Amino acid sequence: MLTEDIQSLRRILSKNKTIAVVGLSARWYRPSYFAAKYLQEYGYRVIPVNPNYDEILGEKCYASVEDVPEPIDVVDVFQRSDAVLPIAESAVAVNAKVLWMQLGIYNEQATRLAFEAGMDIVANRCMKIEHARLFGGLNFIGVNTNIISSQRPRWIV
Amino acid sequence: MQDREFGIETLCLHAGQLPDPTTGSRATPIYQTAAYVFDSADHAASLFNLQTFGNVYSRLMNPTNAVFEQRMAALENGRAAVAVSSGMAAQMVAILTILEAGDEIVSSNTLYGGTHTQFAFNFRKLGIKAQFVDADDPDNFQKAITPQTKCLFAETIGNPANNIVDIEAVSDIAKANDIPFIVDNTFATPYLCRPFDHGADITVHSATKFICGHGTSIGGVLVESGKFPWDNGKFPTMMDPSEGYHGIRFYETFGDFGYTMKARCEILRTFGPALSPFNSFLFLQGVETLPVRMDRHCSNAMAVAQFLEDHNYVEWVNYPGLESNRYHALAKRYLPKGASGILSFGIRGGNEACVKFIESVKFLSHVVNLGDAKTLVVHPASTTHRQLDEEAQIAAGVQPNMIRISVGLETIEDILWDLDQALAISQK
Repeated sequence: MLTEDIQSLRRILSKNKTIAVVGLSARWYRPSYFAAKYLQEYGYRVIPVNPNYDEILGEKCYASVEDVPEPIDVVDVFQRSDAVLPIAESAVAVNAKVLWMQLGIYNEQATRLAFEAGMDIVANRCMKIEHARLFGGLNFIGVNTNIISSQRPRWIV
Repeated sequence: MQDREFGIETLCLHAGQLPDPTTGSRATPIYQTAAYVFDSADHAASLFNLQTFGNVYSRLMNPTNAVFEQRMAALENGRAAVAVSSGMAAQMVAILTILEAGDEIVSSNTLYGGTHTQFAFNFRKLGIKAQFVDADDPDNFQKAITPQTKCLFAETIGNPANNIVDIEAVSDIAKANDIPFIVDNTFATPYLCRPFDHGADITVHSATKFICGHGTSIGGVLVESGKFPWDNGKFPTMMDPSEGYHGIRFYETFGDFGYTMKARCEILRTFGPALSPFNSFLFLQGVETLPVRMDRHCSNAMAVAQFLEDHNYVEWVNYPGLESNRYHALAKRYLPKGASGILSFGIRGGNEACVKFIESVKFLSHVVNLGDAKTLVVHPASTTHRQLDEEAQIAAGVQPNMIRISVGLETIEDILWDLDQALAISQK
């Protein structure tokens, strides 16, 4: 049920551009802020979802996924694993295409629910790190990207 | 579609390098630059905050070094690596990333002499205490562990004792104590042994040796497996906001490469042992042929060991590849492709005969390096350990009649010929 391979992750990151980041913090040094700021810089539309803030990274912040008044491609979850199920229910309710659980996060029930709704599911991976792994950037800091290719990359970071 | 798991020979040639995006260059370019332009003030801020990945300054990262780092991480079956200016710097950075004054290391006592000095003397000055144990019985590590112990340390193959550490047994002890096991994998290289596959957590290398393979450059690298649970309560500096880098929480932010990010941003950045990109280029050139070179180093070393074992003027031979060697069972388990290219032997006639031998070799080189394509010989008692008296030399594992040989890639009959003629002169 979980997407693990390079080709599928590349497809998910290429085709889905509107990301609701659930649990996004407004504090600059938090991992969620890191990831969202990075994704903005690489052309994604980031929609913050957090009842504690009005605005983050220049974007209006919503209390819940259902409150977002526009179509959502990816529901990106920065919450504890045991809190993911209701977020997955929301993701299904708004017809999101991808449920993405961040580094250290995995919920089996949420995964099954999203899978039955026909969504792509990614777990225990950071969207920023995966983007940098597959489209350049992570290779600058000595991380094993597992990419073997003789094709000249068309992206220039 | 499942991703293919490539073999180590393929990784030696391809891991970490795509054709250059700007020029299409197939070989890795040497990015000989100190600094990198920022697109804007905001881009600079994002880079400094580590919110985006990119190049800032070559003391921290460099695109040529990054290819070398990623290749070594892939070869070790690890998550990430940091290249530094020497093997000594690699272990210093590896240890200072997680230890501070008041902490302790438990290390095998069979270590490269420089490592022993770094731990016993220089780390002591920083308030870090090293306990040295006989690694032949892994329980000795457990006996020396205290609540202050933050890592275990050993060499895959000890230098110069050529002993082999039971990596799995020591890894189990490390795990039971919630601390990482750091392995110096210089002698074996990832081609002969991958310590992470046996439970180790961090490896360090002197890249100067077999990785470079041609004796041209000094450098080192540290690699993390990505599997150590830094949130186990023993490593608050991996978890808490970093006082040394903008309040970042390394493990939470970077997960399975948080340790190498901390090593890079806190230790490499402020202690400064950065690697020259030109050296990285030469290491990459060396790594491409590592598997074929190591196969030949191993088979030539085995032939030398067998030749010496039968030689009238040789009293003993220490090579774990020999069936008669006390570490042979461990060698078969951890080094199934070969026991590397280094062996030691004792010449009949002691110190005097050794000096004659060393002065009589025709093309074997009298140097203190090892892992070169050329065969190298050294007599520790008259060089590296000459300040010690005979009793102290023996305590340090150096017999007065011991020659260490790093067997190279010359025609094997020529190597045996040179050894034989120099041994003959040693007895005159």
